[in-house]
Amino acid sequence: MRRFGPVLVVVLTIFAIWYVGSFLMNRTWVMDQAARAGTEPGFTEVLRDTMNQDRAKLPAPHQVAAELYDGVVNKKVTSKRSLVYHGFITFQATMAGFALGIIAGVALAVAIVLSRFADLTLMPWAIISQTIPVVALAPMIVVLANAAGAGSLMVPKAIIAGYLGFFPILVSMVAGLRSPDGMQLDLLRTYGASPGQVFWKLRLPASLPYFFASLKIAVAASLVGAIVGELPTGAISGLGARMLIGSQFGNPMIMWSALFAAAILAALLIWIVSGIEKIAVRTMGGGQT
Amino acid sequence: MNRSVISASDLSLTFQTNDGPVHALKDVSLDIHKGDFVSFIGPSGCGKTTFLRVMADLEHPTGGSITVNGVSAAEARRNRAYGYVFQAAGLYPWRTIGGNIRLPLEIMGYSKADQAERVARVLELVELDGFEKKFPWQLSGGMQQRASIARALAFDADILLMDEPFGALDEIVRDHLNEQLLALWRRTEKTIAFVTHSIPEAVYLSTKIVVMSPRPGRISDVIDSPLPKERPLEIRDTPEFIEIAHRVRDGLRAGHGYDD
Repeated sequence: MRRFGPVLVVVLTIFAIWYVGSFLMNRTWVMDQAARAGTEPGFTEVLRDTMNQDRAKLPAPHQVAAELYDGVVNKKVTSKRSLVYHGFITFQATMAGFALGIIAGVALAVAIVLSRFADLTLMPWAIISQTIPVVALAPMIVVLANAAGAGSLMVPKAIIAGYLGFFPILVSMVAGLRSPDGMQLDLLRTYGASPGQVFWKLRLPASLPYFFASLKIAVAASLVGAIVGELPTGAISGLGARMLIGSQFGNPMIMWSALFAAAILAALLIWIVSGIEKIAVRTMGGGQT
Repeated sequence: MNRSVISASDLSLTFQTNDGPVHALKDVSLDIHKGDFVSFIGPSGCGKTTFLRVMADLEHPTGGSITVNGVSAAEARRNRAYGYVFQAAGLYPWRTIGGNIRLPLEIMGYSKADQAERVARVLELVELDGFEKKFPWQLSGGMQQRASIARALAFDADILLMDEPFGALDEIVRDHLNEQLLALWRRTEKTIAFVTHSIPEAVYLSTKIVVMSPRPGRISDVIDSPLPKERPLEIRDTPEFIEIAHRVRDGLRAGHGYDD
């Protein structure tokens, strides 16, 4: 209980602020309605009316929770209105992009560490790539992927997710592969180790803690990439598409429930990656950093 | 028995730095014979570690010549002629103690059965039997350093180069490890080159003490120890021991030049 205490306090505080915000933002509409009807509502009536509007400016937490529950549990998972359906679409793109990001990030890091030429030529571009707003880039990637015959939105979405996901892995892996100090390199030199042996026996295992630390960031970035990939590209399924639909059709409930579904998905992904990291750390020397 | 294992003549090494050239070694000549235990002692900057690294082909001399086992230092390194023990144990945290000792054996391509047999043997040699499956962080600093010595002994190098291996350990642990190292040296009959800046350690361990002085790094005295091979810790209270220690101290004082 002691562990959950602080978390609970934070959550309750957020809920409190949220409720106050809902009341303040939705009150205008209630007052307008009352003025038009020529009535003078009391405080409790205003409070009640701010908490249950269908098109509230800021839906109250319990409304979002109900909508989320409705979208996850009450709809068949194959339904176009099921959040599980849309969540799975986004999850697929996230995982494909995550895998792409791992492959690209690790491969580039290895090239950069092994070759000075790659270090000088690739690293600046990797950094520049992250300064371009991905929202601006996404439609172009969709067009190019379609022109190349991708067929569906899955491929460009995965590319966008990988585009965001590879960078933290690249930066961490470069640091990790370079982490062995001069003494450890000298030691292998006294054994007459080949460059390949230095890489496999020293650099790569030394980089693994860095790798796992970066996975958590990369999986979250991949999810953001997948969602962003659904926003400006005319996607009709996926959590990003739901958010856009909610906002375009003036239905904030859809937007908010999709947003929370995305947050829950992110939490799940990070939780799974942390679990994998723990197992890896245990097999690599038992918790000592 | 008197075969020269390491032979340096007029060895010089100059580092080019932004503040001009630094003469780490200047005209150093020395012969180390098979089975010798040679200590290098001197203040920091006297080139004792640099000298050891030249023997190991980790630094390249800018003048003079050095042979190890009758061949160049580079070739000796490729022949795996020596085991090198660093100041820090430098064990891989992701490998067990056994795994760390297997590291050079894996690199040198020993068979699995041979690896297991050698790991067991050297662990026994440094009195760490039973710790094979432990991870480095589960061992004390002294035990970690013993494991790193075991790692240097695991393959068949008959030269052991040790760069202040016990420098970071406390006096009591150091005494104990010195005793163990002597016993190990007698058992294995290796040739040991040992860098230290402790006078008692140098006198206690060595058959030959090389006193060095800085700016430029050079040898100021070479003392052949008359102490017997069998050395209990109490030998440090004998007049012979104190006399050698005295001579080392004089050598250090003469070479150091406190006036500058």
